[in-house]
Amino acid sequence: MPTVTLLPALAHLVPASLPTQEIVPASTVVPGPFLLAPLLILLPLLGAAILLLAGRRSDRWGAWYGVLMSGGAFVVALVVFFSMLGLPADERVVDHRLFDWIAAGGLDVGVGLRIDPLSMTFVLLVTFVGTLIHVYAVAYMEHDTDKRRFFAYLNLFVAAMLVLVLADSYLVLFVGWEGVGLASYLLIGFWNYERANAVAAKKAFIMNRVGDLGLIVALMLMFAGFGAVDFATVFADAPEAGTALLTAIALALLVAACGKSAQFPLQAWLGDAMAGPTPVSALIHAATMVTAGVYLVVRSAPIFDGAPTAQLVVVLVGAVTLLFGAIVGCAKDDIKKVLAASTMSQIGYMMLAAGLGPIGYAFAIFHLVTHGFFKAGMFLGAGSVMHGMDDGVDMRRFGALSRYMKVTWITFGLGWLAILGIPPFSGFWSKDKIIEAAFVPIDGQEWRAWVFGGVALLGAGITAFYMSRLFFMTFHGHKRWNDGSGSPTGPLSTDGPVQHPHESPVLMTAPMIVLAVGSVALGGLLAIGNVFVDWLSPVTGHAEHAEPVLPVWSLITLTLVLVLLGVLLAWRQFAVSRVPIVPPHGSVLTRAARKDLYQDQVNEAVFMRPGQYLTRSLVYGDRQMVDGGWMGLAGLVGATGEKLRGMQNGFVRSYAATMLAGLIVIVAVVLAVTTGTGS
Amino acid sequence: MELTNYLVLAAILFAIGATTVLLRRNAIIVFMGIELMLNATNLTFVTFARMHGDLHGQVIAFFVMVVAAAEVVVGLAIIVAIFRTRRSASVDDVNLLKN
Amino acid sequence: MTVSGGEVVLFWVLAPLMVLAALGLLFARKAVHAAICVVFVMISLAILYIAQEAAFLGVVQIVVYTGAVMMLFLFVLMLVGVDASDSLVETIRGQRVIGVLLGLGLGSILVGVIAQATFPPSVGLTAANAESNPVALARILFADYVFALEVVGILLVTAAIAALVLTHRRRLVPRVGQRQISDAKVAALAEGGLLTPLPAPGVYAQNNAMDTPALDPQGRPIEHSVSRILRIRGQERSAGHILARERAVLVEHEPELTARRFPELTAPTDEEAAADLSGEAPVPAAVPGAFPTDTTSGATGPTTDPATGPTTGPTTEHGKES
Repeated sequence: MPTVTLLPALAHLVPASLPTQEIVPASTVVPGPFLLAPLLILLPLLGAAILLLAGRRSDRWGAWYGVLMSGGAFVVALVVFFSMLGLPADERVVDHRLFDWIAAGGLDVGVGLRIDPLSMTFVLLVTFVGTLIHVYAVAYMEHDTDKRRFFAYLNLFVAAMLVLVLADSYLVLFVGWEGVGLASYLLIGFWNYERANAVAAKKAFIMNRVGDLGLIVALMLMFAGFGAVDFATVFADAPEAGTALLTAIALALLVAACGKSAQFPLQAWLGDAMAGPTPVSALIHAATMVTAGVYLVVRSAPIFDGAPTAQLVVVLVGAVTLLFGAIVGCAKDDIKKVLAASTMSQIGYMMLAAGLGPIGYAFAIFHLVTHGFFKAGMFLGAGSVMHGMDDGVDMRRFGALSRYMKVTWITFGLGWLAILGIPPFSGFWSKDKIIEAAFVPIDGQEWRAWVFGGVALLGAGITAFYMSRLFFMTFHGHKRWNDGSGSPTGPLSTDGPVQHPHESPVLMTAPMIVLAVGSVALGGLLAIGNVFVDWLSPVTGHAEHAEPVLPVWSLITLTLVLVLLGVLLAWRQFAVSRVPIVPPHGSVLTRAARKDLYQDQVNEAVFMRPGQYLTRSLVYGDRQMVDGGWMGLAGLVGATGEKLRGMQNGFVRSYAATMLAGLIVIVAVVLAVTTGTGS
Repeated sequence: MELTNYLVLAAILFAIGATTVLLRRNAIIVFMGIELMLNATNLTFVTFARMHGDLHGQVIAFFVMVVAAAEVVVGLAIIVAIFRTRRSASVDDVNLLKN
Repeated sequence: MTVSGGEVVLFWVLAPLMVLAALGLLFARKAVHAAICVVFVMISLAILYIAQEAAFLGVVQIVVYTGAVMMLFLFVLMLVGVDASDSLVETIRGQRVIGVLLGLGLGSILVGVIAQATFPPSVGLTAANAESNPVALARILFADYVFALEVVGILLVTAAIAALVLTHRRRLVPRVGQRQISDAKVAALAEGGLLTPLPAPGVYAQNNAMDTPALDPQGRPIEHSVSRILRIRGQERSAGHILARERAVLVEHEPELTARRFPELTAPTDEEAAADLSGEAPVPAAVPGAFPTDTTSGATGPTTDPATGPTTGPTTEHGKES
């Protein structure tokens, strides 16, 4: 099949990339190769099922079996992708209905797959990065006794994520949404014998539930407003619906997106989620699952387009999170938590772009894809550093590692350049577009352009600073770990265990190299000729060209200047001068940032404590009043029964006498009544 | 003679059967009392069938007989089983439900 | 519709008899008598059915009720024990009063209902039975009630299986074969068991009853030669008892011969007679409580004085029941 479709696919590439003006309605005619699409979900699901059911029997082959299932899904994704390239742009959106699910009164939900450029982008990203991380994890988890359980969960995650992005209705999407939440919970708490990990998993799960509630509310609103929850009907009816309804749905969807994508104010779980194994952080908490919120917003474009207020809220959320993550990232010393803060911040960029409307949707997804590559690559690099440094995560105990792990250094460095947005690395192509789009005034409101553009610009500078800080603290500067030499001229620290930093095995470095290549080239490849934006246009629509408030060249220059400033600052502070092993006291802002800007304290004070008081008082009321009442009633019945028990003498004849007496009474009453009424 | 005489006869037989159930302790005699009650109702069915000129009453009486036959089979089997374990056919000895 | 004179006579003859028979069920001490009374009621009912233009039901009543159901009752009665009769002592306090009151109340209120109700003029079944009663019934049964008929058929099969299951006895202990019996007998020897079969009851020239124990070579009665059932029921007779009767007969009919051959009989004493019999203490004393009839009849050994003549005591004891 691939060879058959590949040639016409390439032949159609040029006409297919012509931009379409409108969002293309879904066709229900399913082209042949698309019939393979259910395999995308079934393969990893089968993998998870077999690994979980086989138990310890699959210990030996479980890991590679998981890789195989994920890789198989990637192959199927490629087949579907190339056959989609062979279709003209206005036939690329296909609803592939699989079976009826819920048919209840006015609600008729079927399970089906929405196969279009947007979902295929995600499918390729998830299966490709997922497979790479599977391979990486084979080496990373080699000595873990529960390896096959890990791979079962990873496969489960891939399957759930594919359900999420391939769903043709919000309800099926919700299934995937919950599925990735479950997989995330299971994987964060994978090493649940440590209390902190189990608590982190619970925290992530509960905060995600808040977001899920938003999605449920959105589902209810859709059912109430449109009588349907499938994309085709909802999107077709959305333009005619009232702004109030659309705003309500959009805000509910935004709550869901905030929960899943760790956006303000539901961002607190992501940092703790780093308790999971590093491949999990790379796949779920950097590349794919956390970006599901962005996917949700972009997928719901017809709803958000009709709700400008909600769009403004989306932009606000994105902007706040962008700065929030960036500030937290500057103060953290845990390498994975810096990356987590960075992820949060980068998703803030995507949210901001998604909130800008048609001009931003494609760039949001574009940045999502490039970010998926370079951030996953950097996470894998962090995992490699941890692997070489005895699972240490404190960057103040790293330093000068570039000499010991060359491949990790180079691949991480490429990812670092990509996230900085240095041309021609891929981050430049995607992030700069977002900054440009942020500077475009919407509805002629120039203040929005200045505020959000300014935030995006500032964020780029801060990003450069903290990512450089991470890079320099880890790979450059002075050794701050015990190399066992004991000489005072050697490392700054001679306490702590002796470290033997070494390069990771090829199974780990190979995925890092592949991702690094993506970090370098993907952005440029997709940006040249507007390929990616045109590819997505059947889903996102095509934006009118609009000019930013500042000329584009000046924006690019300004961004680069800020980025270079950030890098220089970090270089001076963390590469040239000595980094103290004990964190300095720091300013008020630093101390606040180390504590995640007091997010947990705020959550505890505003939600947790009052919630606890409420539940305690409810429990008290329940025990004393409700239970008391019913228990009293039950006691009364019980006591009466105890008294009446004496009447049960066990003699059948007594019971028969009672029955006969009752019969006589009834007949007598009937007789009396009928005689009385004269009938 | 009015057909109600049959009904009165049936009522008396029914009452005697019921009294037998209440007074006798031998399970088999109690059972025969029940049979007597069933027969009394059958007599009313037959009488009413004749009174209304409608054979459905007789059909119902027929069904009563068949069901009674089935009931007798099971009931007597239970009595035999109880007698085997307890060496007694008295209904008063079977009072496990007491209190 | 009019009721024929013959039917009136039939009713007034049968109805009081049926009520009497039903009361027989209520008052009969023996279950068999009660069952016979019920059989009578049911046959009478069958006759009344036929008189009431329900020929088919009448036949079914006889076949099913008297022929099958009541016979089943009698079988079970045999199984349970024919003479298992109720004791007259009421165990539940007040049950008898309550039962009588409720029975009377039920009867009177039912009769009251019938008396109070107004019935339409009787139609009669002449029209409905035009094709004969069984055919007319069959038309209804196999048209309107065909489903119910099938269900009833299933019910009957279920009931038959239920009866099988309920009365099925599972073997709880291993099968006792010849070898096990002989082993058990040998093992029981030490406790005074018997290896041989039980001795037959006593058979004398003048008396071959099953209720008399045999005598061992020493002349002592062998108690277990009499059937266990008779012993439990207290219907066993002692050898001395029989001997006394024989002597009484001898003395009465052959005084000379007796005086010549048994001089001691002219003035027998209790002790001597007992010593003659067993060579030991009097028989009842040797097995106390095993001869209840003897103790009550005054036939403890040859106490009957020949001069007073034979009494009818020993023979009347057979009819006595406890």
